[in-house]
Amino acid sequence: MPLFGKFKYGGKNVISGSDAGAIAAKLCRPSVISAYPITPQTIIVERLAEMVNNGEMKAEMVKVESEHSAASVQMGAQATGVRTIGASCSQGLALMNEILHVISGLRLPCVMMVANRALSAPISIWNDHSDTMASRDTGWIQLHCENNQEIFDTVIQAYKIAEDKNVMLPIMPCFDGYILSHLYESVNVATQSQVDNFLPAYKAVHHYLDPKRPITIGSVAPPNCYTEFKFQQQKAMDKALKVIKKVNSEFSKEFGRSYGNGLVEEYKLKNADTVLIGMGSVCGTIKSVVDKHKGVGLLRIKSFRPFPTEDIVRALSNAKRVAVVDKAFSFGNAGPLFTEVKAVSPVKKINGFIMGLGGRSITEKDIEFVIKNAGVEKNFWVNVNE
Amino acid sequence: MNNLPEKEYFASGHNACRGCGPAIAMRWIAKAAGDNTVIAHATGCMEVISTLYPYTSWKTPWIHSAFENAGAVGSGVEAALKTLYSKNRPNVLMIGGDGSTFDIGFQALSGAIQRKHNFCYVCYDNEAYQNTGYQRSGATPKYARTTTTPYGKVVHGNDTWQKPMPLIIAAHGAKYIATASVSNVVDLYNKVKKGLEIPGPAYVQVQTPCVPGWGINQASTIQVAKLGVETGAYPLYEIEGGKVKMTRKLEKLVPVKKYLELQARFRNLSEDEVKEFQSRVRYWYKYIESLESKGKVFP
Repeated sequence: MPLFGKFKYGGKNVISGSDAGAIAAKLCRPSVISAYPITPQTIIVERLAEMVNNGEMKAEMVKVESEHSAASVQMGAQATGVRTIGASCSQGLALMNEILHVISGLRLPCVMMVANRALSAPISIWNDHSDTMASRDTGWIQLHCENNQEIFDTVIQAYKIAEDKNVMLPIMPCFDGYILSHLYESVNVATQSQVDNFLPAYKAVHHYLDPKRPITIGSVAPPNCYTEFKFQQQKAMDKALKVIKKVNSEFSKEFGRSYGNGLVEEYKLKNADTVLIGMGSVCGTIKSVVDKHKGVGLLRIKSFRPFPTEDIVRALSNAKRVAVVDKAFSFGNAGPLFTEVKAVSPVKKINGFIMGLGGRSITEKDIEFVIKNAGVEKNFWVNVNE
Repeated sequence: MNNLPEKEYFASGHNACRGCGPAIAMRWIAKAAGDNTVIAHATGCMEVISTLYPYTSWKTPWIHSAFENAGAVGSGVEAALKTLYSKNRPNVLMIGGDGSTFDIGFQALSGAIQRKHNFCYVCYDNEAYQNTGYQRSGATPKYARTTTTPYGKVVHGNDTWQKPMPLIIAAHGAKYIATASVSNVVDLYNKVKKGLEIPGPAYVQVQTPCVPGWGINQASTIQVAKLGVETGAYPLYEIEGGKVKMTRKLEKLVPVKKYLELQARFRNLSEDEVKEFQSRVRYWYKYIESLESKGKVFP
């Protein structure tokens, strides 16, 4: 029984965000798939399994017994010198947290899709950004998508960014669980030859396990060198800022689509006094409200890690008021995106809005509230029953 | 004996204690695996003492990532090797201590065996979390004194017996299971070699006395391990095709007291406790021996 709806390569298809991610991953020719089912990411694993079992995809699918092992298997495979794919979210991402640090520390260019979901307790299978925010400091690049086409495109771009010799860092293409993972939208699905042209076959460099050139990976770093390893990791993040932009424009040449400059997308900022800042699918809602106003614009953060400080400072240079929408919260402080933007914002009238936690809908009315209260001396939990 | 390779794959100069049982095991395990091998190693004593950056003792490709995931990392390695090699595929050797194997990494190992990856997992069993300073693990014998099971006025040392790990692994349907001892490195070598040669998952558990953890003389590692075997405390056997075979048959068990009295961790045992220890050892030795005559007892 085929789970997929019919779709064709090289044309528009109405498919879910999970389908888009799975098909894009397949076109990138990973050799090993390692993922464990978790709602709402599960469809990605199912689609990949279907393609493997139907012989459409030539890859080893390791059906692991936990997310901790999912990340560990992906790590082991990538370190052996092949391209890999993973997928997770929420509790699963929290369980593999330890290994996320190891993967980035070992500079393995893994790609793992995340269908963003809230964290327990209380348990919630619905969307917010608590899971990737809790993974913020794992050393992974985090690229947030607004729609299904962007999921498809970002997965392909992710491999090229991660595998760039100046980067060599793992990437999470992030997209909102259910809101995108289960939403059917028109997606232009590339052909295999288009993707092959854009993304060369994987060739591991330097650190991979090969009996012909034995090396030790994952050794003990005493205090005299641990800092240097971590410093190099940050240098790679700095370099990734440039590489993400470069790959975004290369992608545009090959496929005719791009997402701002790859790091941020500026929407109607030119004459905007009031600037809203957000990540992911909520930006679609914000855009439709912004269209009804004069003097209001949106700065969408696509790359949360590395954090595009320069682009944010430049984009806010004409703004008078800034409102940051967060789908996560750092208890005892404020929204994580808000605190980070505030730290670099040239605009002093800046405040944060907590919205859409655990799948609560963000309506146009909510966005109107944000616009109305942008920049006042107070942060808000929007639409909360106090 | 003459056929044992002279080439070393686990270099000397590492940071293990003098008389370290596990380090002896590493040398022979690595020899058995040879050149064409990838090793996935769990966090533990042997990882810490052998890979202090920028040095390494390992002459074959080697990876370490965490305490509980050698089974999973090795699974990923094996899956990738399948896609890279159509012939002469490298061996996958996974190595973990008893804490990593019996406790925190049990799930990852269980999954790896069930998925039937082609590998040999070697557990070097020093019967406690020795790397962190001698705390009890799921492999620590009853009454053993560790830093988390001190011999107190009310509670005398550890209050649990070891998990019967080789039998648990056998119940998973692993293709080859063996126990070994550093007191017989040729036997260890042969068993690891066999585990790697047999297609599918294999598990070898080798008893490796820990000088500071067990409180033994650094020159007596082999003597203690030898008594572990001769008393029946560490029975040597293998399970192949679901059939149990004793690889060291004991006509008579040496009294376990002789084994216990060499180790400070058992120093304070009362006569009754020694008696209980003796009857437990006899029971398990006889139980495993009894399986030998039963033919195929595991899947």
